[in-house]
Amino acid sequence: MTLALTRPVTGRLRLRTRPRPGLAVAAVFLALILTAVAWPSLFGGDPLAADPLNVLQAPSARHWFGTDQLGRDVFDRVVHGARHSLSIGVAATLIATSTGILLGLLAGLGHRYADEAFSRTFDALSAFPIVLLALLFIAVAGTGTTSLIVAIGVALTPHYARVVRAQTFVVRRAAYVTHAVAFGASRPRLVVRHVLPNVLGPIPVIAVIGLGEAVLIAAGLSFLGLGPQPPSPEWGAMLSEGRGYLHIAWWASVLPGLVVTATIISLTALGRHFQRRFEGRTA
Amino acid sequence: MSVASAVLRRVAAGIVVLWAAATAAYLALLAAPGDMVDSIIGDGADTPQIRAEVIAEWRLDRPALVQYLDYLWRAVQGDLGRSYLLQRPVADVVGAQVWPTLKLAIAAAVFGSLLAVILAVAIRRPWARRFSSTAELVMVSTPPFLIGIVLLSVFSFQFGLFPVSGDRGFAALVLPAVTLGLPIAGLLAQVLRDGLDRALDEPFAVTARARGLRERSVLARHALRHALLPAVALAGWTFGVLIGGSVIIEQVFGRPGLGQVALQAVSAGDMPVVIAVVVLAATVFVVVNTLADLAGLLIDPRLRRS
Repeated sequence: MTLALTRPVTGRLRLRTRPRPGLAVAAVFLALILTAVAWPSLFGGDPLAADPLNVLQAPSARHWFGTDQLGRDVFDRVVHGARHSLSIGVAATLIATSTGILLGLLAGLGHRYADEAFSRTFDALSAFPIVLLALLFIAVAGTGTTSLIVAIGVALTPHYARVVRAQTFVVRRAAYVTHAVAFGASRPRLVVRHVLPNVLGPIPVIAVIGLGEAVLIAAGLSFLGLGPQPPSPEWGAMLSEGRGYLHIAWWASVLPGLVVTATIISLTALGRHFQRRFEGRTA
Repeated sequence: MSVASAVLRRVAAGIVVLWAAATAAYLALLAAPGDMVDSIIGDGADTPQIRAEVIAEWRLDRPALVQYLDYLWRAVQGDLGRSYLLQRPVADVVGAQVWPTLKLAIAAAVFGSLLAVILAVAIRRPWARRFSSTAELVMVSTPPFLIGIVLLSVFSFQFGLFPVSGDRGFAALVLPAVTLGLPIAGLLAQVLRDGLDRALDEPFAVTARARGLRERSVLARHALRHALLPAVALAGWTFGVLIGGSVIIEQVFGRPGLGQVALQAVSAGDMPVVIAVVVLAATVFVVVNTLADLAGLLIDPRLRRS
């Protein structure tokens, strides 16, 4: 009977051994993107070199993604744009996670009233759609890359703060924390040595999924013209420029868009995979 | 606890969130760069006399707290101030653009929910599910502007089936609504499928099967009701995504609407209009969320007790 109880009822655990070709593709693609971030000239030439004689050329062996309205090579621009777009996403995610961890800990460990005040603030901030919250921030702080990063960081903070707060409540009641209290651990030691490490556990995994979302929002806002300004090769801005030539040159916007999409999907797929591993489930 | 007090508590919580959101928006107005008088004058003539007139007209000489309370009081009455740029009441500027965006959001919500239910209920075979859950991941992760651009280039530019831009008639609504609805469909389908899987493992599903019901009937009559609950709880979030997404979709498809108003106001530094759109979106979110909570009470009697 013991055997029957430990065997999976619905056969879900068999998924663990099934090869996951999608994940491998996602990992390889992300590795390529990271290489492009670190060393763009390995793949592509000058993203700003205009060639007036070869304007809006279709994809070919020479120009893999074709050329845009100024004759610039779209593939080169996508490769160089990886650095812009990903660093905006990473910076925004770092802001959101660090602020979120701080606020979530304060809410989770603080007085009941402090918790109530923080939680209501998170609730109120979550009532704004993320894109509009970022728009509001940009309206206050002005357009530009820095303000785009901070805007996305601020807009995503409540999400992390809530996760950390909930996790803090779980950890606070754990047996090892009670034991540490019984052994006379001081409050700072309790927080740093026992609560913090266990609260932080799920954060990297959530941050990978969140990074995908940050890249998505960043591309959206810079598509609206609120990010890095032309001629810098940012993915969202490229799509926005290409939109104007859609009727004669689909490649100038669709191909960069596919790269953005593949990046976000890869990040999300990997993040979810880690999440399942972390939770010990494979559903 | 009675149903009435459960309803009251949810409505009160909604009002608190709304108040906090309006306050946050007011703080943003205060934090906006530059003097408010400068923003109102803009490029117009700037003399001490005109400045004094502006201060008198907008009553900026009152204490900050009084101005804040006045702002809240007027906001409750639907008066959201005047646009710096257009010198017209914000309610008029925004009000004229609510319907095009609302139309788009509703069309997208209907399309998205229908597609999600079809995907979650109809696709039950293992291989089809794997395909469908990959499709859902793609739908959720694809930036809406890419979906829009691809649909535009295929259906409008290649085949000429739908208009390229504008808001005339039903045909102009199809592509934007599909674009906006696909990410919603992806997420809702995932939530619904998880709910269905859990519900089908419950004892009542076994009982229904034992009574000789076909799997389809078990699914449609018994499991779906349970699976709907988490999906309904997402309704407020869904509307937030729809309104946020409409900013981008309106830009892609050249449609009029709140997104265009907000975008122009952001680039022009017209804070009252930006704040009005943001607060309006928050209001919609809170109202839909409260309604979804109440719908939850209706669907699940267990929630009425706690």
